[in-house]
Parts: sequence; structure tokens; C-alpha cells
Amino acid sequence: MKNVRAILKRELYGYFSTPVAYVFIVIFLFLTGIFTFYLGAFYERGQADLEPFFRFHPWLYLFLIPAISMRLWSEERKSGTIELLMTLPISVEEAVLGKFLAAWAFAGIALALTFPVWITVNYLGSPDNTVIVAGYIGSLLMAGGFLAIGSCISALTKSQVIAFVISVVICFLFILSGFPLVLDFFQGWAPQALIDAVGSVSFLTHFESIQKGVIDARDLVYYAVLIAFWLYATVIVVDARKAS
Amino acid sequence: MPAIDVRALDRRFGPIHAVRGISFAVRHGEVLGFLGPNGAGKSTTMKMIAGFLEPSAGTVMVNGRDVQEEPLKVKASIGYLPEGAPCYGEMTVARFLDFIAEIRGIDGAARRERIDRVVRQIHLEGVLHQTIETLSKGFKRRVGVAQAILHDPDVLIMDEPTDGLDPNQKHEVRSLIHEMAREKAIVISTHILEEVDAVCTRAIIIAAGRLLFDGTPAELRSKSPAGDIDEAFRLLTTESRGQS
Repeated sequence: MKNVRAILKRELYGYFSTPVAYVFIVIFLFLTGIFTFYLGAFYERGQADLEPFFRFHPWLYLFLIPAISMRLWSEERKSGTIELLMTLPISVEEAVLGKFLAAWAFAGIALALTFPVWITVNYLGSPDNTVIVAGYIGSLLMAGGFLAIGSCISALTKSQVIAFVISVVICFLFILSGFPLVLDFFQGWAPQALIDAVGSVSFLTHFESIQKGVIDARDLVYYAVLIAFWLYATVIVVDARKAS
Repeated sequence: MPAIDVRALDRRFGPIHAVRGISFAVRHGEVLGFLGPNGAGKSTTMKMIAGFLEPSAGTVMVNGRDVQEEPLKVKASIGYLPEGAPCYGEMTVARFLDFIAEIRGIDGAARRERIDRVVRQIHLEGVLHQTIETLSKGFKRRVGVAQAILHDPDVLIMDEPTDGLDPNQKHEVRSLIHEMAREKAIVISTHILEEVDAVCTRAIIIAAGRLLFDGTPAELRSKSPAGDIDEAFRLLTTESRGQS
């Protein structure tokens, strides 16, 4: 655990010692604002809740989270520091977990900085704050899922651009796996059980139920399994490809 | 018991047979010079000793421990300078050394003391608060050396520690190696043959993945009719090319 903490600290420091972190946070806050107030018609609906704010998070994350995760392993491989890291007395699991937690903490910081929206809605009306808290938890969990996918893809390539593009595509499939766009592909030939399985891994369905204020154990398990699976895949990929 | 015991070490990268059954041992108090043309398998062998690459066959024992069976314990006892001295460019020298100390489990007052000592030994005082990416090649290399000796390891493996240093800095690093040689087992690779005379108690030559020579620098010199170490190297390494 001590090693995980050391890696986490170093990574977080890495984010904030370059302009990347500040550019990301500013753009994230700017876009959440635009989506909430213009596309989400926050004022016009006249309801004291943050539904228009959370509704666009999956689509924002689709492009912004791979931008955080793309550097996790690609950069280490490109600059050769992976050789330094992997000859220190730490296990691959600790390194993967430390890096993932740093990226997640960073996403959490960006998300926490949206608090003025929460203050606004509380100033204008009296929203159900437990629903809003659930929305934040759901959003953070979803960011974790995206990041775990991105971490694995990043370990596959030395190029951050490739890592970004492939992560976006895979995250897109995960968002839409409950929709006809993806399900039609399986319709007609795959057994119903498989179609149901594909439909049930959709980010969107799990996010929407949490966002309504219902924190169901099934949704929590879904995100936990998703993150664990992709991090485990990252460990395997890092181990197998670290030197290539 | 030898500090490093390499037995029938073999490594393939797909169709390329990089290291072909190399065996040698290094005792405490010895400085082993690793020589050979570019692409001979020097770095690959060092990577396997440091636990970064898995051998295709053969074993590496460090202080009686198998690198593959107890990787973390072995890595804890080794100081390793990878080829090209990769470091995290966005970190300052002080932060970077602090991170290495944390991972190496050096805490509290001992950490300060060790870092101070190494910074004095390698003369990094002037650049302590500069980010590593802004440093000259020579300073980057010295940061790499500092990182490798920070935990006062029993076994030191350095891939081209003097590459890119000016004559004064080369002299300093050589004196440092000399100083540490008494109680440590040290392996360095180099292209500079005079270095072998200056610091090594033993030399190994590998070419095309095979061990061609293992003996003292004096023995190496005696391989050449003129008693010249450069000529001896040329004779040994070009001879093998003719055979294969």
C-alpha cells in the first residue's frame, strides 16, 4: 500500500507540474457549464435539480477521460521510464493501481470543482440534495470505468494519440451497448442471453439509474467489476509488453 | 557465494537471438566491465539481471536469490541505471530523488541524510530544484547514477554510466565507482576501453550474444601482439563475426 501511495503521489504531481491539468480542468468546467445551461436548458425547465448537468457527463467523459488516461502508460514506454519503474522494488499491480488511482483522483478534483452548479441550484430553489450526491457518486464511478479502460489501452501502445483514439472508440461502444446501434449488430444471429449481456454492460443504463438517486447494489457491483476487470487486463498487458 | 551468478542466460526476441547462453559470476569487491559492439546483447543481459526482462532460458541469481522467483527482494538489493538514464522529466531533481527514496523504503531522517549524501557525492547541489527535462545530458546521466546508488545497494548495475559526460565528470564518476567498489559488486557497460583499465578489475566481451572473453584487463591486453586494448577488442570481436 505504501508503494501505491508513492506512485499515486508522483503521478498527481506529474499532472499538476505540466499545463495539462489546468487546461483539462478549465475545459471540463467550461463544457459542463455550456451543456448544463444551453443544451440542458437549466433555467428554462424551471426545476430545481441537476439533471441537465449530469445528463451530458457520459458524452463529456467520452472525450475528456481518454485525454487523461492516454498518458498513463504510453508515456512511460515512450520515454523509457518504464524500465526505471519496473526495476524498482514494486509489483506491476501496485504500479497499475497507483497510476489508476492518481488519474481517478484527478478526475475527482475536476468533478468537485463543478460545485458552483450545486450552489446555484440550491440558491435558486430547494433541490433534493441526496439525488445530487448520488449523481456525483455515479459520475465519479463512471469516470473510474472510463479510466480503467483507458489505462489498459494506454499500456498497449507507445503512442498517446493511438491510445486516445482507441480509448474513445471502446468507451463509445460501452456507452451505447444498450442501444440499437450496438444491439442490432447482434440481433438475428446471437442468442438472446448474449444480447441481454451486451445490453447490460452499458455505461448509460447504469449511470442513469444512479443519477435518479437510486444507488442500487447492482450498479455499484457493475462498476467495481468493470474497473477490476480492466485493471487486471492492464497488469497483464504491462507485464507482457513492457519491454517491446 | 558470488553476488551475481548468471547461468546459461538466453533471450530471444521473436526471430532474433539476442543472448545465447551466457554464464559468468561477479563477486563483492569486483568491478566488471561489460564490453562489446553495439547490438551485442550487453543491455539485454543487464536488463535480465535487473529483472526488467525475463530470460528465455537460464537463471540469474543475486546474493543467492533467483531474480524470477523473488523479483522484489532482488530489485530491492540492486541499484540499476538503465540505458540512456531515463528519468521523469517533469520532476525536479529533489522531488525525483525523494520519490525513489520513498519507493526504496528510506524514511524520515534517513531519507534526508541519504539524499544529501548522494547529492554531494554526485555534485547535484546546483540543479536540485530544476526540472530534469531542462538539464544537460551530463546532468541527466548523473541524476540516473544518483537514483541508482541512493539506497546504497549491494549490487550495482550501470548501463553506460559515463556516456555523455565531459572528461571531468567522467573522472568523477570513475572515482565514485572506485570508491564504492570495495564492498559492492559492480557491473558497468561501456564503449570506452580506457575505462576498463581505469576502473574495472575484470572485463567481459560479448558479441552477437556470445561470451568471447572473461578475464582481467591485463589478460585482455595480452591478446593483442602490441599490448593494445583497442586492438585486442577488435581482434576478439571481428574474429567472431568471421566464424558466424
